[in-house]
Amino acid sequence: MEKYIFLIPLFPLIGFIINGLFGRWLGKGVVSFLGCMTIGFSFIVSFFTWIELKSLPVENRVLEQVLWNWLTVGDLKMQLALMIDPLSMLMILVVTGVGFLIHIYSTGYMAHDESYWRYFSYLNMFVFFMSMLVLGANYMVMFVGWEGVGLASYLLIGFWYKGNENADAGKKAFIVNRIGDFGFVLGLFLIYITFGSLSYMDVFPKALEMFHGGELAFNSGVLVAICLLLFVGATGKSAQIPLYTWLPDAMAGPTPVSALIHAATMVTAGVYMVARSNILYSLAPDALLVVGIIAALTAFFAATMGVLQYDIKKILAYSTVSQLGYMFIGVGVTAYWSGIFHLMTHAFFKACLFLCAGSVIHAMSDEQDIRKMGGLAGKMPITYLTMLIATIAIAGIPPFAGFFSKDEILWRAFTFPYYPVIGKIIWVTGTIGAGITAFYMFRLIFLTFHGEFRGTEEQKKHLHESPFSMTLPLMILALLSFAGGWLGVPHVIGERLGHFPNILEQWLHPVFAASEEIVEKMAVVPNYPVAVEWGLMAFSVAVATAGICIAWYIYMRRGADLPQQLAQEYAPLYQLIHNKYYLDEVYDYMVVKPVYYLSIVLWKVVDAFMIDGIGVNGPGWLVKRFSAGVSLLHNGYLQTGGAFVVLGLVAITCFFIYW
Amino acid sequence: MSTPILTYVTFLPLLGIPFILAVPQGDRDTRGIIKGIALLFSIITFFASLRLYFGFDPDAQGFQFKEQHDWITQYGIQYHLGIDGLSFWLVLLTTFLTPITILSTWRAIDHRVKEFMISMLVLETAMLGTFVSLDLFLFYVFWEVMLIPMYLIIGVWGGERRIYAAIKFFLYTAVGSLLMLVCIIGLVYFHHEQTGEITFNLLSLYGTGLPRLYEILFFAAFALAFAIKVPMFPFHTWLPDAHVEAPTAGSVILAGILLKMGTYGFLRFAMPLFPEGSAFFTPLIIALSIIGIIYGALVAMVQPDIKKLVAYSSVSHMGYCMLGLYVLNQQGVEGSILQMLNHGISTSALFLLVGIIYERRHTRLIKEYGGIARVMPVYATVFMIITLSSIALPTTNGFIGEFLILLGTFKAGKIMAALAASGVILGAVYMLWMYQRVFFGELTNPKNFNLKDMNLREVAYMLPLLILVFWIGLFPNFFLEKMHPSVNRFIAQVAVEDVDAMPPALRNAEAAEKGKHSVEEACH
Amino acid sequence: MAPLEHYIILSCILFGLGIIGFLTRRNALILFISIELMLNAVNLMLVAFSTFKANINGQVMVLFIFAVAAAEVAVGLAILICLFRQIKTVDICRINLLKG
Repeated sequence: MEKYIFLIPLFPLIGFIINGLFGRWLGKGVVSFLGCMTIGFSFIVSFFTWIELKSLPVENRVLEQVLWNWLTVGDLKMQLALMIDPLSMLMILVVTGVGFLIHIYSTGYMAHDESYWRYFSYLNMFVFFMSMLVLGANYMVMFVGWEGVGLASYLLIGFWYKGNENADAGKKAFIVNRIGDFGFVLGLFLIYITFGSLSYMDVFPKALEMFHGGELAFNSGVLVAICLLLFVGATGKSAQIPLYTWLPDAMAGPTPVSALIHAATMVTAGVYMVARSNILYSLAPDALLVVGIIAALTAFFAATMGVLQYDIKKILAYSTVSQLGYMFIGVGVTAYWSGIFHLMTHAFFKACLFLCAGSVIHAMSDEQDIRKMGGLAGKMPITYLTMLIATIAIAGIPPFAGFFSKDEILWRAFTFPYYPVIGKIIWVTGTIGAGITAFYMFRLIFLTFHGEFRGTEEQKKHLHESPFSMTLPLMILALLSFAGGWLGVPHVIGERLGHFPNILEQWLHPVFAASEEIVEKMAVVPNYPVAVEWGLMAFSVAVATAGICIAWYIYMRRGADLPQQLAQEYAPLYQLIHNKYYLDEVYDYMVVKPVYYLSIVLWKVVDAFMIDGIGVNGPGWLVKRFSAGVSLLHNGYLQTGGAFVVLGLVAITCFFIYW
Repeated sequence: MSTPILTYVTFLPLLGIPFILAVPQGDRDTRGIIKGIALLFSIITFFASLRLYFGFDPDAQGFQFKEQHDWITQYGIQYHLGIDGLSFWLVLLTTFLTPITILSTWRAIDHRVKEFMISMLVLETAMLGTFVSLDLFLFYVFWEVMLIPMYLIIGVWGGERRIYAAIKFFLYTAVGSLLMLVCIIGLVYFHHEQTGEITFNLLSLYGTGLPRLYEILFFAAFALAFAIKVPMFPFHTWLPDAHVEAPTAGSVILAGILLKMGTYGFLRFAMPLFPEGSAFFTPLIIALSIIGIIYGALVAMVQPDIKKLVAYSSVSHMGYCMLGLYVLNQQGVEGSILQMLNHGISTSALFLLVGIIYERRHTRLIKEYGGIARVMPVYATVFMIITLSSIALPTTNGFIGEFLILLGTFKAGKIMAALAASGVILGAVYMLWMYQRVFFGELTNPKNFNLKDMNLREVAYMLPLLILVFWIGLFPNFFLEKMHPSVNRFIAQVAVEDVDAMPPALRNAEAAEKGKHSVEEACH
Repeated sequence: MAPLEHYIILSCILFGLGIIGFLTRRNALILFISIELMLNAVNLMLVAFSTFKANINGQVMVLFIFAVAAAEVAVGLAILICLFRQIKTVDICRINLLKG
């Protein structure tokens, strides 16, 4: 099977090329067939690869395929190689699986768009680059995918490029990601210099070997620097503080794009990257500390920002940022598998949420403001039901998917072996964040689907359930949001249920085994009684339930006046949060404007005036002035010239006589 | 000696001139014939240069296709040609770009067509000659000959301020070159003092051990000449003027090939001839390169004129080339040479694209456009691909070059690499911002409503460039493997530690061998 | 025979007159005459030295100068006539076309 790994990215690539070059003339049927089927084929190939991988003994579960020697310069030997191990297997199944569903959804959602073919070619291109990112056997191929998905994201955010703000959002996404990539690329260089290679197969064993051989100290500066630089890349791609600002703006793109790229797959690339580099991170707890703290802050603050948004997609965007924070908490507290677990369940329920939102927006004739919705539950039962399931999942109510993954992360944060105290703080932040999440998600549900319809008559007439091509993916995703968490049932629960295994942890174990050994060797893994775990679990469920109840009280029981009252009472806080802590403005004043004006100054003053004006034209001007002076002597009269001749004669004579 | 293929390649373009002269200048038809002849000869030259590709031995350390004949015997001036891995791709780039450029002028040039085409062909010969000469005198002749047709192209077929731009270009470059001439003579003089032999042969001169002071001075003079050509900050201000005023073909040749003369000059002449001087100036040059990278990008960002923007982006990109050269490790130097090719491809393509829209609208101001992706979808797509290549997206050529350069730089100094890498961010900023303002948004300017998309001819000359963008991006080894031995030799030649360890005469195996030959000849 | 000094002094006087005439007069024709005067002063000097030093070279030189002077006057007068036809004057102070 490993000979066929290349097919996984190849199919979307073919779809991208054919749709991109000839889509204009192909007609919608062919375009959507190509667009969907290529991803479908990739999913099928991934599925068979999974069967193949499963049949291998646990410790040999790695398939590698070298496509060609890409870059060979001196000691740099870079191959364009693909690799499948349990981690990338899981990722590629999520990417192609969710991707396939979203492609099908798109055929309905985008049906009336004039650039239908362009949309599908971009979407295929995204899946191509995403699979390169996931399947790459070295950091370089990962970087290819890393930047490539950024490009696809740029093109799709600005898909409706007629609107300037859409194009602006796309550009912002690309540039902010570039800032992250700047760190990432430096991280790659440092890895290369330290370990002499960029291939996973070389870097990680080498790191372990150097660590055990004592060449590379635990938590040494180089390792921390590598991990932090890579994490800079992750903050860009996965929208963490301080580079998260592009993601809410990215909602300008078509909704399925938000579902696929800005919720389910691309933004989780950072989590995947950290999990992939787990050995390096486990060797550098200081870096993990930074990851954990930033992740906890992101999870919390993004959740607070979600509370006061009115745009249905913006709420989901902030929720994505916040959930990505949870994933990073997971990988940041050395619980790599739980981060990946949450990545997977999040892909299900967040994709479902976005697609539901798309369905709502579709029905509301492109209205996105939840203040103008309400009472949609009756008109759109499937959308309502699926969205409700996904919302319960994200709120963390058992036995829905989000509960298992989020709780595992919080539990592991509580027992963070490297920094126990910080771990507790992260746990507190995360738990509060989870409560807020439950609150704003149910606020969304209540405002959208319950109560009275608040839109125009025109919109009311138009309300309808979405076509089957859109509801089918919703139902599948809702099912997955419901049951997806059962792949990673915690041991305490699993034992009660009669040795129900934690399938996902076992599956991913080969990838993270070495890290676990390091952690056990270098830190004391705290051993709490089972009751503590049960207690924390119950507590977080209680917090989530409390969040739901408050939302119900404020938006259902009391009606519309209470939110406004609260807003007036706490006006400064409301303003602060409503304006997203003014971070965009701060960046604008601290970075964008200064750079812009600096450039103007460099151009007008330094370049045009100093270098060109004084440095280049200055000597020219001097020569001109000098010759103007000298040419006064050359007044054109014959006798002046004659006088000079005579003077010269005298001078020469004197010279010869008196020298 | 087998066929003198380098001579053929170099002088084939000149062969077209008599034919062009034979055509009477007049109505449209004859103009077409003139252009056709020029195109034909440039294409023949390209195919002749492909012969170099098939004959080139990628494992050979030294020069290949060598031709050596006495020219002015009293002064040891020879007609001495040869290429190695450093110049090989640049020669091919020249022969590749010239037909494309000529094809691009089909509609843009409509007066004095004959003179224009002759200038183009002379220019091609001069550029090729510069890349293949191994005799300093011959090199200098070609180097200066190159100026004249370019001066005419800017001055006669240029925009409004063409005279100012042409004179600025000419004077600026000539000033640097004259200092270089003085130092060439000085170098030959010192060589004569040491060996009793007057020669302008580059390979013999490589071994000359100069007093430290002279080495520094001579290097400074050479470096000035080449730095102006590159152009390095702060010697870059002729470039925006020249680019803006030059016709499209002029800009393409200027950006695509002439700028490479500067870096090539460092690579072939300034650095290996004066390794100690080069080492002395290394910190300064690296600093200027990094300043150039960031400065060029920042200034490019705020340009209202697309061509000026691309011109300043050249300053930034060529900064990478210089940086790669000066970190003196294999990744850096090979990345730098590859980046020269990349810049030749991407920036030329950008100028061609700007030319396409200039032909239709006769303005290059960004604010005149907006939303034209709707009326020119193919053009927008091609422009996007070239933009991505220019901002170094992986799988395009720009990425490989910048990655190698930055990796090499990182090996030499981490802070340097971090500073230089920030240019990658700024590159995305100015290119995407420009792209957005030109192509996205509402189509507001009524003059743009009926813009025609690219026609077949325009697609035909953009297509090879697009193919190369991805070819280099996906299979860089195809290009890099031809450079490895020469780059190794170059680094050994220039790295100062090795020089100190070895007696000057042994610095370069080939130079030593050459020295032996001349001694033997002297005995006979 | 008069001593060499006399010839030299006479020659210098003639040359000086020529210079003064050239620098002070405004009529172009007079300038020509002054120039001839200077040339002949030089000729005189050459002949004198030639005789006293018994070297024929000086006299050969004089013949050359005659030839050159004749040519010069011919060309010069031609220019002068053209000039006169153009601007109707031979006043040298009115002609300053070569002003830098």
